[in-house]
Amino acid sequence: MPEDGRALEIELRVNGQSRRLGVEGSTTLLDALRDRLHLTGTKKGCDLGQCGACTVLLDGQRVVSCLTLAAQADGRDVITIEGIAPEGQLHPVQAAFIEHDAFQCGYCTPGQIMSAVALIQEGRATSDEEIREHMSGNLCRCGAYTNIVAAVRDAAAKMA
Amino acid sequence: MSSNAVIGSPVSRVDGPDKVHGRATYAAEFKPEGLAYAALVLSRIPSGRIKSIDVSLAMTVPGVVSVITHENAPRLPYKEMKKRPQVDPKAGGQLRVFQDDKVLWSGQPIACVVADSIEQAETAADLIRVTYSPDAQAQTKFDRALGLKPAPEAEADGRPGETQRGDAASAFDSSPVKVEGWYLQPREQHNPIELHATIAKWDGDHLTLWDKTQWVDNDRAEIAHVFDIPQDKIRVISPFVGGAFGSALRTWHHVHIAAMAAKMTGRAVRLELTRREQFTNTGSRPHTEQHVALGALEDGRLAALIQEAWGQTSTYEEYAETTLDPPRQTYSVANNATRYRLVHMNVNTPTSMRAPGVATGVFAQEIAMDELAVALGMDPVELRLKNYAETDEYKSKPWSSKELRACYAKAADDFGWSRRSPEPRSMQDNGQLVGWGMATAIYPSHRSPAQATVRLHRDGHVLLRTAASDMGPGTYTSMTQVAADTLDLPVEKVRFELGDTDFAMAPVHGGSITMASVGTAVMAACQALQKKVGELAAASSGGPFKGAASDTLLFQGGGLALKNGGGFTPYGEFLAQHGLEWLDAEGKSEPGAESETHTSSAFGAVFAEVRVDPDLGTVRVPRLVGAYDVGRVINPKIAHSQCIGGMVGGIGMALLEMVEWDDRYGRVMNANLAEYLVPVCADIVQLEASFVPSDDKIFNPLGVKGLAEIAISGVAPAIANAVFHATGKRVRDLPILPERLLL
Repeated sequence: MPEDGRALEIELRVNGQSRRLGVEGSTTLLDALRDRLHLTGTKKGCDLGQCGACTVLLDGQRVVSCLTLAAQADGRDVITIEGIAPEGQLHPVQAAFIEHDAFQCGYCTPGQIMSAVALIQEGRATSDEEIREHMSGNLCRCGAYTNIVAAVRDAAAKMA
Repeated sequence: MSSNAVIGSPVSRVDGPDKVHGRATYAAEFKPEGLAYAALVLSRIPSGRIKSIDVSLAMTVPGVVSVITHENAPRLPYKEMKKRPQVDPKAGGQLRVFQDDKVLWSGQPIACVVADSIEQAETAADLIRVTYSPDAQAQTKFDRALGLKPAPEAEADGRPGETQRGDAASAFDSSPVKVEGWYLQPREQHNPIELHATIAKWDGDHLTLWDKTQWVDNDRAEIAHVFDIPQDKIRVISPFVGGAFGSALRTWHHVHIAAMAAKMTGRAVRLELTRREQFTNTGSRPHTEQHVALGALEDGRLAALIQEAWGQTSTYEEYAETTLDPPRQTYSVANNATRYRLVHMNVNTPTSMRAPGVATGVFAQEIAMDELAVALGMDPVELRLKNYAETDEYKSKPWSSKELRACYAKAADDFGWSRRSPEPRSMQDNGQLVGWGMATAIYPSHRSPAQATVRLHRDGHVLLRTAASDMGPGTYTSMTQVAADTLDLPVEKVRFELGDTDFAMAPVHGGSITMASVGTAVMAACQALQKKVGELAAASSGGPFKGAASDTLLFQGGGLALKNGGGFTPYGEFLAQHGLEWLDAEGKSEPGAESETHTSSAFGAVFAEVRVDPDLGTVRVPRLVGAYDVGRVINPKIAHSQCIGGMVGGIGMALLEMVEWDDRYGRVMNANLAEYLVPVCADIVQLEASFVPSDDKIFNPLGVKGLAEIAISGVAPAIANAVFHATGKRVRDLPILPERLLL
């Protein structure tokens, strides 16, 4: 048993850094990131895999971290919104989100950006229709969708 | 005012970098030392009493610090507020949490576990066993026959049970052209993506709350009354709000629970509602049924307009909406009658949701107007122009500004309305039924007293502070622009802070009042700063400004100069010359005589295209076009985002959103985001919003009218009218589900 009395000790490689922590078997990757590692850029919107606000990259694949147990991520690479751009710089998707005003309240934004980064990498941002389809797992209640599509289109072109 | 034209320019959000990096900190994300986590248990009956509540198993879970129920909770003072804040219902009293064994609705908090981790708290909450004595008389069905007139307090607050102008009943009877119908607005949930959360921490008798709220000052006042402690012992901090749309206007009972739990445990406690809990604890747009009867002359002039509404409220509070303001003032009509009734049910109290009441009233009114246009064989836009209200006939006052005609013209032109063929089902494309419809949008403009402080620093930057909020509309950015414009500084030299009760007072961040209220206070603070600089300059013992009269000074280019040329001194240098590290000023603003002499309102015209699959009854919205009169636009980029956001909300209202209600057990059946449908990216194609020239200096010195609610007003009826045009089937119940089109 780990020192802090929790059931499991795991090691996550978060944004390139190794982090050891004790978790419960039921601890989600989302809660581990937010509450244990205090990486609060990854957002909790539903805790049921329905809103996409908690999207992170796990070994390069986009996952909803609320439906991923922390223990499942043991020994694996996790990239969060805090880790997609070098310190003091903007990732092209981040820059495009600001330029196109692709958010209002900003709460769904990290999840939107993580999804966008992944689907551009996957080559699935080749048309507005495709972007709309693949970004539909990320809810934006402020209704910035048309600006989000414009931002992803723009970033995809710049990253090509 | 200077003229560096920062106002009106499409500045990117100043808080954008923080938001895209995930650095913007929302309520649940603060981490005071020793933080403990709370989880709730909700009631499973709609009305009755708790017979027993067994927490023994829960207490055995490792890490559990405390389990709070009505049996061990401290009795809280719950002092009455002298004056109810405008966000609270006008009659009845809020839930006094854990103060007795009563259950008033299904989904009411009845116990709270505090533990070292959220996993432990949730595990323990699941182990609490409750038995009930249910009330056989629980009111779980919406029944118009139970409708009651709102209390006199609601009437005094502009929510009258009845209004009459002329004789609407006889005018309707004798009208040559009539339409009449019943309209259903189902209960909706705001569902901001950020969950409601509160962190409470006591240091002796001082309480700090990190809270999701649209009004930090009122949060402090309400909690002070609940606990009967002085307001100056409470600080509320809320720098970012992840959407709210009205759900965070009131201080809900979960905030009381967080503060109580922190007090009982001596720990800082975080209570973050789950998505499911949010459905029954942070209000909703009330289920509302309406009856509309329109009578017109052959030429289209309205002879009678009757609109009645039955709105849902709880058994313990009276939440009456301004649903019937639109039918009293949107059109010119001599004979007008409205009637509002409340239907009390075992539900949690409803609350304001984007364009509260007005969106509901406009939905019924604007579909009825479309029905009248069809009955008259008249173009829907022409009908509206025929009945254009040159004055507010409800309040018998002139409008402080009204550019609605320009909105109709601009939106119709942008949309291509002249190419519409009027017959239903006459426009088809590729096997799909195409429909074009439109509606008027209206939302009243108000302002409230507000204050702001400003500090000029020696490096030439200014810091502005006020206890306002920014739930997404861009308060940070637009206020920065107002200050930069007034002081003629680059945007980068202005820092604006909000969301803290330590700052100058600000009104509620709701009802589209922030820009007109806080914006004018920011402007006043900047002008006060200029005045102070001028006075200091004139009092100089030497130099170019010695003895200068205020009207000979010019504030521009980030500094001070003489109007007749010369003497330019940057602000930073000026402070250094006077041996000052900084210079403070404050400003305030409040409504004046114009609130008595004029009615102020935002207006708009919304045009929708729909495509309906004739076999499946599915409705798609390939485009929406809106033109708006919102007064002066501070930032067209962000204002555009507001408008398209409102359109997306309107698409949800028209086609998707409804709480599925089990009226046998009084329960919400779809309390999650997979079953309560909201628009997703694939639902939204082309949204166009524009602003007609407008500048309302009667309403306030900035000329703004407010922009948020207006953007959802009119969208749902425009879509419903387009669906009728596509299909020839009139759907009066929202949302327009495929089965409602096919049956």
